[in-house]
Amino acid sequence: MRIILAAAAVVMLAALAFAAPWLQFVLTLAIAKGFAALGVAVLLRAGLISIGHAMFFAASAYGAAFLARAGINDLGLLLILSVLVSALIGAIAGSFLVRYRAIFFAMLNLAVSMVFYALCAKLYGVTGGTDGLPVPIPAVFGIVFAEPVFKSILFYLSLTLMVLVGLAVHRYLDSPLGHALSAVHSNEIRLEYLGIPVWAVLLIAYTISAALAGLGGSIAGFAIGRVVPDFAFWTASGHLVLIAVLGGIGGVPGAFIGALFLELLHSAAVTVTDAWNMFVGITLIVVIMFMPQGIYGLFERKEAQSS
Amino acid sequence: MSRPILEAKNLRVAFNGVKAADGASIAIHDGEFLAIIGPNGSGKTTLLNICTGYIRPISGSVLLDGNDITRMSPRAIARRGVARAFQIPQLFSAQRVVDNMMLALAAKDGLWSAIRPLETAERRDEAKALLELVGLDGDADRISSTLPEGHRKLLDIAVTLALKPRLLLLDEPTSGVSALERFPLMEALMSALRQRRITALFVEHDMDVVARYASRVLVWNAGNIMAEGRPDEVFGNAQVRERVVGVA
Ligand SMILES: Nc1ncnc2c1ncn2[C@@H]1O[C@H](COP(=O)(O)OP(=O)(O)O)[C@@H](O)[C@H]1O
Ligand SMILES: [Mg+2]
Repeated sequence: MRIILAAAAVVMLAALAFAAPWLQFVLTLAIAKGFAALGVAVLLRAGLISIGHAMFFAASAYGAAFLARAGINDLGLLLILSVLVSALIGAIAGSFLVRYRAIFFAMLNLAVSMVFYALCAKLYGVTGGTDGLPVPIPAVFGIVFAEPVFKSILFYLSLTLMVLVGLAVHRYLDSPLGHALSAVHSNEIRLEYLGIPVWAVLLIAYTISAALAGLGGSIAGFAIGRVVPDFAFWTASGHLVLIAVLGGIGGVPGAFIGALFLELLHSAAVTVTDAWNMFVGITLIVVIMFMPQGIYGLFERKEAQSS
Repeated sequence: MSRPILEAKNLRVAFNGVKAADGASIAIHDGEFLAIIGPNGSGKTTLLNICTGYIRPISGSVLLDGNDITRMSPRAIARRGVARAFQIPQLFSAQRVVDNMMLALAAKDGLWSAIRPLETAERRDEAKALLELVGLDGDADRISSTLPEGHRKLLDIAVTLALKPRLLLLDEPTSGVSALERFPLMEALMSALRQRRITALFVEHDMDVVARYASRVLVWNAGNIMAEGRPDEVFGNAQVRERVVGVA
């Protein structure tokens, strides 16, 4: 039932983008942010809130820009390498961040990301300062396409990755490692007495979450054609937490549903009125007060009732 | 007798001047079911905390198979086959009962498959068998926090059995368990220990349980051992009867 629902949603997105190509950009960005929000949601399982994940989003996009400048010109290779860059940074940052909990974890993530943001903005010679760096259109299987065609390819690739990576993350969360991650939230003492190293469980989760944010960042870089320090700004990190909470931490689709919902709302709110922040605020209040499982929880509850 | 599995020597611990262990030594040998009794606040739980690396004594040492484990982490000691059930159950309360069990089973077989699901048919069967043993088989799919206190205690014990320990430390296994369930629990526990050749130490305040099941009894008082021996010997000791058992 849930699989059919998810498959229908993916097909609908593909059809929507086909019928209204002008939506492709918005949808690609939504999926990109969905990946990053999924990274945040992974850590939420352990009760850890990162208000700094936009750092990995940006790091990966910068990585793609640097690698492109260094002469690598293949979309697949650039995606893989830039995600590895963010995973590596995640592993390094994580190795000291996962020792902290609660507000300390949240604030340290924020602090590290602010340092990163400042470096991006100030190291003009390396990062192009606030102008950022271009992320040129790469070749796809050796062919360089015109921009509109490339953007379509990027959208359908993102959609495919959303399904494949989403399934992989789902499996991870369902595995012993994933259950151990939720168990960190429940009872660290019992985990230790089971002989399970909490720090390793968290470091793996942190690295995965950084890689997910990185994947989103690269996709966003290619979609926009440029990476700027604002990718890493703390409001962007806050936005990711918002999406993760909005979507609900219950399941993998939640992050993408949350991101799509917000991006579409954003487009609508910006064109109709400029009351975007008010809409988002009200939505969040409604979700937190009446749908603690997030928007995704609505589907889960329906399913529970129907079975 | 053979070399003890676990040996604690000359332990000293104090909290704000209160001595929870004051030069006490204990040893537990293969196949024993050693009971520790003593008044509340005399340091029994603290002893288990020391033996599992949760707190470090001011002085003294803990040996497992003759190797010093005094400064090891609870995780390292758990990995060496020592499991502990807590006085206040330590569960993954947001998870289902069966997930608590399966995670313990997975911890034992190596947690590191990130791809295969936690729930496999074998693990579920093994979890169910242990839950049945402690009388929780009907509750497998409940969220653990919804269990009544006594049943959380049973789950905590079942989790430790899932770790297939060589040595099991039980902190008041029957406290919070209803009088009706107490003896069935002990019978199940004893048969599991015998079947799996698990040596165990248990802190207990129910003297009927101690008299019936313990192979040896240690009387802990104010951080020291006041008496030691077979249950009938210890309960025959007038000082113990007065200070600990609470009958004249
Ligand atoms: N972590 C701790 N911090 C401060 N005091 C403690 C701590 N643990 C135990 N104590 C104190 O040590 C004494 C022994 O406690 P405990 O070992 O729990 O006794 P028992 O299990 O025999 O009832 C008590 O006075 C208790 O208040
Ligand atoms: Mg105690």
